Amino acid sequence: MPQTFNEMYQDGQVRAPYAGLERWANEMPDELRGLKQSEAEALFRRIGITFAVYGEGGNPDRLIPFDMFPRVFAADEWAKLERGIKQRARALNAFLADVYDRGEIVRAGRIPAHLVYRNDAFEIAATGFTPPQGVFSHVVGIDLVRVGPDEFYVLEDNCRTPSGVSYMLENREIMMRMFPSLFQQKRIAPVETYPQVLKRTFDSVAPKKCEGQPRVVVLTPGHFNSAYYEHSFLADMMGVELVEGGDLFVEGDFCWMRTTEGPKKVDVIYRRIDDAFLDPLCFRSDSMLGVPGLMNVYRSGGVTICSAPGAGVADDKAIYTFVPEMVRFYLGEEPILKNVPTWQCAKDDDRRYVLENLAELVVKEVHGSGGYGMLVGPKASRDDIELFRAKIEENPDNYIAQPTLALSACPTFVEEGVAPRHVDLRPYCLVGQDVTLVPGGLTRVALTEGSLVVNSSQGGGVKDTWVLAGE
Amino acid sequence: MLSRTAENLYWLARYIERAETNARLLEVAARNALLPDTGGGMRNEWESILLASGTKQLFDEKYGEPVQRNVETHMFFDRDNPSSVASCIHQARENGRIVRTALTTQVWEALNAASTDMNELARQERSRLSTSDMKDFALRHMAQIRGAILGNQLRNDGYDFMNIGHFLERADSTARILDVKYYVLLPSVAMIGSGLDNYQWRTVLHAMNAQRAFAWVYGGEVTASKIVDFLVLNKQSPRSLISSAAGVEEHLERLARLYGRPSGATAKGRELSARLAQMNVNDIFDQGLHDFLQGHLRDVFDLGGEITASYLSGEAR
Repeated sequence: MPQTFNEMYQDGQVRAPYAGLERWANEMPDELRGLKQSEAEALFRRIGITFAVYGEGGNPDRLIPFDMFPRVFAADEWAKLERGIKQRARALNAFLADVYDRGEIVRAGRIPAHLVYRNDAFEIAATGFTPPQGVFSHVVGIDLVRVGPDEFYVLEDNCRTPSGVSYMLENREIMMRMFPSLFQQKRIAPVETYPQVLKRTFDSVAPKKCEGQPRVVVLTPGHFNSAYYEHSFLADMMGVELVEGGDLFVEGDFCWMRTTEGPKKVDVIYRRIDDAFLDPLCFRSDSMLGVPGLMNVYRSGGVTICSAPGAGVADDKAIYTFVPEMVRFYLGEEPILKNVPTWQCAKDDDRRYVLENLAELVVKEVHGSGGYGMLVGPKASRDDIELFRAKIEENPDNYIAQPTLALSACPTFVEEGVAPRHVDLRPYCLVGQDVTLVPGGLTRVALTEGSLVVNSSQGGGVKDTWVLAGE
Repeated sequence: MLSRTAENLYWLARYIERAETNARLLEVAARNALLPDTGGGMRNEWESILLASGTKQLFDEKYGEPVQRNVETHMFFDRDNPSSVASCIHQARENGRIVRTALTTQVWEALNAASTDMNELARQERSRLSTSDMKDFALRHMAQIRGAILGNQLRNDGYDFMNIGHFLERADSTARILDVKYYVLLPSVAMIGSGLDNYQWRTVLHAMNAQRAFAWVYGGEVTASKIVDFLVLNKQSPRSLISSAAGVEEHLERLARLYGRPSGATAKGRELSARLAQMNVNDIFDQGLHDFLQGHLRDVFDLGGEITASYLSGEAR
């Protein structure tokens, strides 16, 4: 395995963004650390912030471990990341607007037609309609890993309804509460504006027929959902209603919500339910979570749905390979963020290479998530490798492989003190009339020594992510 | 406000009040059971509270014989009984969780604490728990929740829906506690006015934590008619039917002003209040206390139905 990049040390020196933190951590007495740690846990429990990150399922009342050692970016590091993330979010949206319209990128032969039009996430019902501002994916979560001082890779894109942003906000709240002096010493860019920016983004994509100030709502599958806390938190912070499917109905050309004073028109729906459940008349007829007739209202410009139905086709693992191509095709720019080289087991040449090098590679299911159904070659037993060999041979279309990346490691509080643990990063890019990125994100950390799996369902935790303010 | 949000707030408040009522009912039975057995074998105080709470059938199916331990389990801990104290607390917390954003942090934390502590209490050894401990537990937590609501909830329509739930449930519960007397004494009219009779009446006051208030208002002597007057018709008494009805009416009126139009519920709320205001204690005894209370419970039920139709069902136009 290649050398791991340590976020805090380089050539035996503390890197500039982490200045002061080494001393802070080392000088914290053990009792104080224990005290602060339980204080943090009590705060999380009190707030009621318990949920699993996107697609990971799990017990809704479970806490994700919070590590108090922050992960830090210097202003210039972040500036470059920000350009790359925004560029990617713009390209993904351009791609969506294109494939649901004329499909120029397919006509130009840059992406194979079947990968787009025969993709499960491609939504026939979304074709021929361009949503306000041409935006399909209003919240783009881009999962990044760092392998060197100046080397970042995109692991995957999340164009539907990426979750976890409430952790970004609550982690910061809790750090500010527990260690105010750190915030006096270092100039840390605030993230607390996220809900306002999110609201502004939704306001900017109000449907054509909306007059006056648009009414925005958050649509949740309900309080049994593992991310319910986040849904209610965001609704609360934006000052908008949190609705379930049953609270909405379609009448005439509009969507309405049931209130104690009679029906009120709804203009923008930030939905946190999947396409399949949105409208039983259009998608799954057995869905109790959606609103019958909603798609008709959407297509006639009566309501905006965020993210737009069909946005998922852009974050499919098979499409992922082509995102750099999208950047060149739509924006005429060179991609700032790199993709991880990916082998498609469906292709004969690629599969041959994968099967010969299983012990070196990470193998993933095309539609899997949450770190399940995944093989980390260098860490796997011989039996596991043989098991995956059989799986790939049986159903090659279902697998892709990537080189094992040496995820950067960030200092983390562990039983013996402070030790490096592998981390990733999910920033949340907002796309409306403007493209905005709040300086921060969700850093997930693999708490088990040597582990590269940061998913909370498999022993992962979270950290506060700091971006230092520029000069 | 979303109809579903209003509905959750309304039921949250009803469940809190119901939990308190059940704890008080247990106390009534426990104190009645302390009485020396001179009633000629009519020791049915435990059964009486099952009848009053409306869960006797449920109890019979699961437990059979109404002995203290089983009734306590059923009324306090049993999650199979939807109106047990434990069920009410958990249900109230669940209602609160659904509308988390409509509650202040303090209210949410009080709900959360009640639910956590309830789980804790259920794990304790039962032989170490007296009925009074259970009642105190319930009263303490319900007071915390109610206090948080009164102290710092925003005075918007959500506040009104919570108060409507609170007062409506109270209008129901005081009637049920009073009605226990009917079930305990049912077999013998001759006992009315006897020493046993008075003791049982006093128990009702005790369960309401109202002995001293009663003494201040009426002076020493405890009689059935004074107690009925106190718990039905006296506007100073916080748990009386008339005070509860006035509470419902007041918050329905506030809603009507806020929304700029009265509803079917506004009218029904006024009716209930007005009906009680015209009565005196002799009317009640002439009609028969039990019949009067049953009629009152029906009125409360109807008013609840009207509130649902006017505001909570989402059918408002």
